[in-house]
Amino acid sequence: MFFRPTLYRRAEFWQGFRDLAPQAPGVAAWGLMTGVAMVKSGMSVFEAVAMTMLVFAGSSQLAAIPLLVAGAPAWVILATGFCVNLRFVVFSLHLRHYLMHLPRWQRMCHGYFTADITYVLFIRQYPQPGGTDAERTGQEAYLAGNYLLNWGSWIVASLLGVGLANLIPPEWGLGFAGILCLLGIQCSLASSRMRILSAAVAGVAAVVAYHLPLKLNIVVAIAVAVILCLTVEKIRAAPKVAA
Amino acid sequence: MNGTDLWTLGVIVGLAVVTVVARSFFFISSQSWQLPDWAQRGLQYAPIAALSAVVIPEIITVQGELVSTWQDARLYAAAAGVAAYFWRRGVLTTILVGMAVYLPLRLALGW
Repeated sequence: MFFRPTLYRRAEFWQGFRDLAPQAPGVAAWGLMTGVAMVKSGMSVFEAVAMTMLVFAGSSQLAAIPLLVAGAPAWVILATGFCVNLRFVVFSLHLRHYLMHLPRWQRMCHGYFTADITYVLFIRQYPQPGGTDAERTGQEAYLAGNYLLNWGSWIVASLLGVGLANLIPPEWGLGFAGILCLLGIQCSLASSRMRILSAAVAGVAAVVAYHLPLKLNIVVAIAVAVILCLTVEKIRAAPKVAA
Repeated sequence: MNGTDLWTLGVIVGLAVVTVVARSFFFISSQSWQLPDWAQRGLQYAPIAALSAVVIPEIITVQGELVSTWQDARLYAAAAGVAAYFWRRGVLTTILVGMAVYLPLRLALGW
């Protein structure tokens, strides 16, 4: 909560702000492109602005767009958004140790604003949770300053993208930039052979099951990929246990 | 197309709730608790599976039918984008290189 003087009056707040600065152009470019992609994929300007201001999660926004346009049921879109966001669930397990002393609404507020880059920079700055009250408040201030700039860059650039989108002719097919962005994030997650297997299985399953009603192919593909990977893990681990 | 409807706005609010819940997942409750082991391991594989399930059909199918021609700008743009990612390790590079392949093929050749 960058609006609280106890946080923004501290030096750590501005340290966090400065540490994000080199990343801000990248965040802004991605936000700009997401803004353009939302409108070019058929969302209204009002919907695109609402999504930018409220959702604040590029990958789940972009993943939701084709589903929204195809008229998938709400639960499929929300479930897909949640699955794309599961990396944050892993981050929250880690951040818990840094935030548990705060009241719940403050914890959830910090959680909402803490996206990928802020998490990475915060953990790099503070490998250990603070031991004293002053240390904990300092860490909180760093976090808030860091995500203020991240959030600001994202929102301003996205809104600019929404505004610019109407100047670009639809034949250019710029909505495809959103798919390329998701493809890039997918590459960044492909950090092990098992994860590549998960991606390959899910991609094939989503195409094979494409004609299921209600865009259920997405949910089926995720389930098949995760179950298959857990099974393969078990089979590969079993001989070691026996030995 | 491009009209605002309440259902879409409802989904957008739902997605905002999803963002809050996912990002605060383990500190919403003040009690310490753990996911079952299989679910924790599943967390490794679900995000990339979800992205792949959305992305792959958008690249290699037209309304669910596999593309039947090689004259489709998306195929080359996606291949170039992936190559660019592993060359420079940046999502932004993927988008820029992918679009640099996509736009000329689409606008000049009509693919």
